[in-house]
Amino acid sequence: MKPSEFDYIRAADVEEAVTALANAGEDARVIAGGQSLGPMLNLRLARPEVLIDISKTPSLQQIKWDEHGLTLKCSATQAALLADAALLDRQPLLADAMPWIGHVQTRARGTVCGSLAHADPAAELPLLFSVMGGSVFARSARGDREIPSKDFYLGMFETALAPDELLLSVRFDLPKVGTGHAFKEVAERHGDFAIVAVAAMADAGGVTFGLGGVSDRPIIVRWEGLDLSGVRDAVEELALGIDPYDDQKADATYRRRLVRKLGTRVATEALERRHAL
Amino acid sequence: MANEMASGQSPERVEDAALLMGKGRFVDDLGVPPGTLHAAILRSPHPHAEILDICATEALALPGVVSVVTGRDIEKLMRPFLVAVRSRIEHYPIAIDRARYVGEPVAVVLARNRYIAEDAAELVEVSYRPLAAAVDPEFALTNGASVLHPSQGSNLASERSFSYGEPELVFANPENRTFEIQVRYPRSMATPIECMGLIASYDSAEDAYEVTTHFQGPYAVHPVMAMALGVPANRLRIKTPPDSGGSFGIKQGVAPYAVLMGLASRVSGRPVKWIEDRMEHLTAAGSATNRVVNLKAAVDGAGRIHALDWDQIEDVGAYLKAPEPATLYRMHTAMTGAYAVSNLSIRNRVVVTNKTPTGLNRGFGGPQVYFPLEQLVRRIAIGLGLDPLEVIQRNLVPAIAMPYITASGGRYDSGDYANVVARAAQDGGLTELKARRDAARAQGRLYGIGYAACVEPTISNMGYITTALTPEERERSGPKGGAQATATVSVDALGGVSITIASVPQGQGHRTVMAQVVAPILGIDLASIRVSSELDTGRDVWSIASGNYSCRFAGAVCSAGVRAASELRGRLARIAAAKFDCEPNDVEFENSKVFPKDAPEKGIDFKRLAGESHWAASTLPQGVGPAISVTAHFSPDVLQPPDPEDRINGSAAYGFVFDFCGVEVDPDTGHIHIDKYVSAHDAGVILHQGMADGQTQGGFAQGLGAALMEELVYDEEGNFLAATLADYPLPTACEVPDLKIIHAGTKTPVTLTGAKGIGEGTTMSAPVCLANAVSDALNIEQIELPLRPSRVAAILEAQGR
Ligand SMILES: Cc1cc2nc3c(=O)[nH]c(=O)nc-3n(C[C@H](O)[C@H](O)[C@H](O)COP(=O)(O)OP(=O)(O)OC[C@H]3O[C@@H](n4cnc5c(N)ncnc54)[C@H](O)[C@@H]3O)c2cc1C
Repeated sequence: MKPSEFDYIRAADVEEAVTALANAGEDARVIAGGQSLGPMLNLRLARPEVLIDISKTPSLQQIKWDEHGLTLKCSATQAALLADAALLDRQPLLADAMPWIGHVQTRARGTVCGSLAHADPAAELPLLFSVMGGSVFARSARGDREIPSKDFYLGMFETALAPDELLLSVRFDLPKVGTGHAFKEVAERHGDFAIVAVAAMADAGGVTFGLGGVSDRPIIVRWEGLDLSGVRDAVEELALGIDPYDDQKADATYRRRLVRKLGTRVATEALERRHAL
Repeated sequence: MANEMASGQSPERVEDAALLMGKGRFVDDLGVPPGTLHAAILRSPHPHAEILDICATEALALPGVVSVVTGRDIEKLMRPFLVAVRSRIEHYPIAIDRARYVGEPVAVVLARNRYIAEDAAELVEVSYRPLAAAVDPEFALTNGASVLHPSQGSNLASERSFSYGEPELVFANPENRTFEIQVRYPRSMATPIECMGLIASYDSAEDAYEVTTHFQGPYAVHPVMAMALGVPANRLRIKTPPDSGGSFGIKQGVAPYAVLMGLASRVSGRPVKWIEDRMEHLTAAGSATNRVVNLKAAVDGAGRIHALDWDQIEDVGAYLKAPEPATLYRMHTAMTGAYAVSNLSIRNRVVVTNKTPTGLNRGFGGPQVYFPLEQLVRRIAIGLGLDPLEVIQRNLVPAIAMPYITASGGRYDSGDYANVVARAAQDGGLTELKARRDAARAQGRLYGIGYAACVEPTISNMGYITTALTPEERERSGPKGGAQATATVSVDALGGVSITIASVPQGQGHRTVMAQVVAPILGIDLASIRVSSELDTGRDVWSIASGNYSCRFAGAVCSAGVRAASELRGRLARIAAAKFDCEPNDVEFENSKVFPKDAPEKGIDFKRLAGESHWAASTLPQGVGPAISVTAHFSPDVLQPPDPEDRINGSAAYGFVFDFCGVEVDPDTGHIHIDKYVSAHDAGVILHQGMADGQTQGGFAQGLGAALMEELVYDEEGNFLAATLADYPLPTACEVPDLKIIHAGTKTPVTLTGAKGIGEGTTMSAPVCLANAVSDALNIEQIELPLRPSRVAAILEAQGR
């Protein structure tokens, strides 16, 4: 359980990180909190030749609110976001759901962007990002680009980021006024990755509903005009249409059951929390 | 005198200051001799495969690599490990020409550091010819199954049948009803925070091996190691580090590695250090046995059990690793549990399968017995329309029957089981709990109550394992019985007392408790005693029973300490008596003073008296030897070898545990919420209240883990699916509720401290107690472990919920 050999660069600023990525190409790996990459290195599931550490880069810790939403630079930790005084008021879905990510210890190091980039199908943040909408901003020596949330996830541990791109920051869109939200997950133990996680946001037009842990990437549906009376049918129909994971932790039948049971509760709760303007 | 003082108090643990300050000295913290090589083990990825060739050329070419040791190298230098039963199964610490489980060592790479060793291990090319695997223990016994050890002819490693009383007659009696249960107890393991590790070296000048490791015993495995290495036992020196970060039995499994790395040192000519990582630990350290049990009970209309019939298939994994099949035979003495049942039949089959070899694990054989037995008791209750607790109470061994001899020869030394049950129900609030259940059910919630009553055998008889042999085989190999504990108590020239014990603690606080037990005997304070629990087989007094298992510390090792301290006090008293001109018996030791009973004012300081044997040896009274050091031994007389009728008293003292709990099942997710858990114990005299409670809470946590989440899963082909802690979930502080612990001890006459053991009881009782509660909540007759939410939800699904 020792990693294979690698060179280590502690990036002083974004330029150094981006240059190092450009030079090493496929053989480089960014390390942020190391909460996912650390074990992968030790298990030799990842064997980068160069490790570019951005966790200590001062300019990348920022958390910023403006009229478009909440923007976090890539070294901002999950704990820092949870400690942000505006979170509960302005992004209550994140405030509700983020305590489900790992443990106090892992959130103290783990970054929001690292979790997004890691793209674990059972992770909470990719699901929340996909339900809430927003964009990832990527930077490479080739230039900058914005990737909308709906185009970001390509598969299990797979995103639209190119190997030489740094995920520089993420923006979570602000919910429309009056939006009701809800989140629930089932994990085997406190702090485990979700077996199934469900998030929903209900606005005047309908419900945006997302599932995590079920498939290779978050499943997002939009139910226009849905009201309380339609929740059960909508969720049942969705549950029948998906092909959930079947693994040692939980078989497909169990995951489908959780989608039905939790899904109904979450969509209902989001609708009930919606309030008129 | 002595023990009354020790009991009930909880002095601060002397062990804790170092641990809390990060100054513990675990095996990986110790320095190594110059030139030490670091080992990485290349392990089989196949459940079953012939090893055709191993090519290490590329690995050896890597800078920093010194040697690659294979099974062929090892085979030449050792004999296979001795096995407790007659069989043709050969066990080496490394695969020779065939790998039989995922994780079996195939080559040892020795390099300048572990990183390089792991890099090189990836470069060793092994060509395998995969073979079909025998994974399921029942399947492994069938004709079609792949045979692991062709020399053995089949996968059956041992079979014995036993009959005590007249079980056939009782089962045939039409007045009795037969109840039956079949269970498959899954594989789990205790997972200490510190994995295994060692530093081994070979001294070619003296043909001797030295291994520094936290090997926890039983030191009966020491001769097994020495014989495998082909040296007399005094040429295998085992030294234990000051600290060991938990074990719960598992670190007994370091023994084969001690031999392997001793030989690796011999091959390379350099000391070798090996630290097991978590993946190696989960894959190959060893585990509790999984077992298939078919249990029948003959029961009369009042719920009295008159006979039990056990059919057990024990899966020990790929080899019979010493001391297996001990997991199966440890409980042989107590197969009727806490119940007075005089007719008993047992059929034991030990099977080898393509899984990791099993070994010591907290609870050692207990959970595998109580899981079927206590579920069967619940089924009897359902069948007869009785309350399960009623059936338990009607069958408990009565207090007046103590000492009670079980059908298979166990001698339950003491106890009032009915009283423990009554105390638990009373102090634990059983009536309120039932009301809670009824109220929850009235709201349509899934709430259940479970019970478990278990006898906890403590202080193992070194002879119990020979019950696996036929009486004739035993006759030939000579009787084995007893369990020697040892302790040495010494006084120094300044009156300080040093105690050395061969008990190899892994965090249990033996040093604190031993001082607590000895202090009142010598009338001195705890601070003037220093206890060493580091064992060095080259210098200390030890015996094959030495080590830390079967809760032998409080009962056996402390008894040796009491004996040694009392003998030393006797010698000191004789020196003092000459001074005081009184009888030695009239010399009192108190508050660090020694004085004649009638004239306390004549008293002298303990340290002055103690110093005399050192400073003024020539002035000691005639005929009285020096009072410097005493080594004492303790082996309870009740530990005899098995008799010709296969009756065996497997343990010296028998504790009793009665648990009950209330659980609620989430009807959507299948999660189990433990609403209340009560665990009542008769552990004899409690020496240190805080530690006794800690043992109970910890034993519970491990029982809960086995009940709710832990399983070392193998797929049908024998691939191992639980090699990381992400795949082998352990309970954390969030999952383990507080226990209501009740002590209702009866002093055992078998030990000098009056203590029995307490560390394993709740590990034995919790899995079945929780299972019974969940079955009650779901209104079903029995259930399989572990109760992972998906499994529970499948039952809900089947019930149309
Ligand atoms: C015990 C434990 C429990 C956990 N439980 C949960 C849980 O319940 N839910 C959950 O979601 N997560 C869980 N995690 C994972 C944790 O949330 C991680 O912090 C997160 O997944 C990754 O963030 P990180 O900053 O640690 O990234 P790292 O581990 O440093 O990196 C992860 C991956 O993302 C890439 N990466 C990181 N930052 C960037 C960037 N700026 N640009 C490009 N690529 C980048 C890395 O190259 C790597 O491939 C758990 C972890 C542990 C150890």
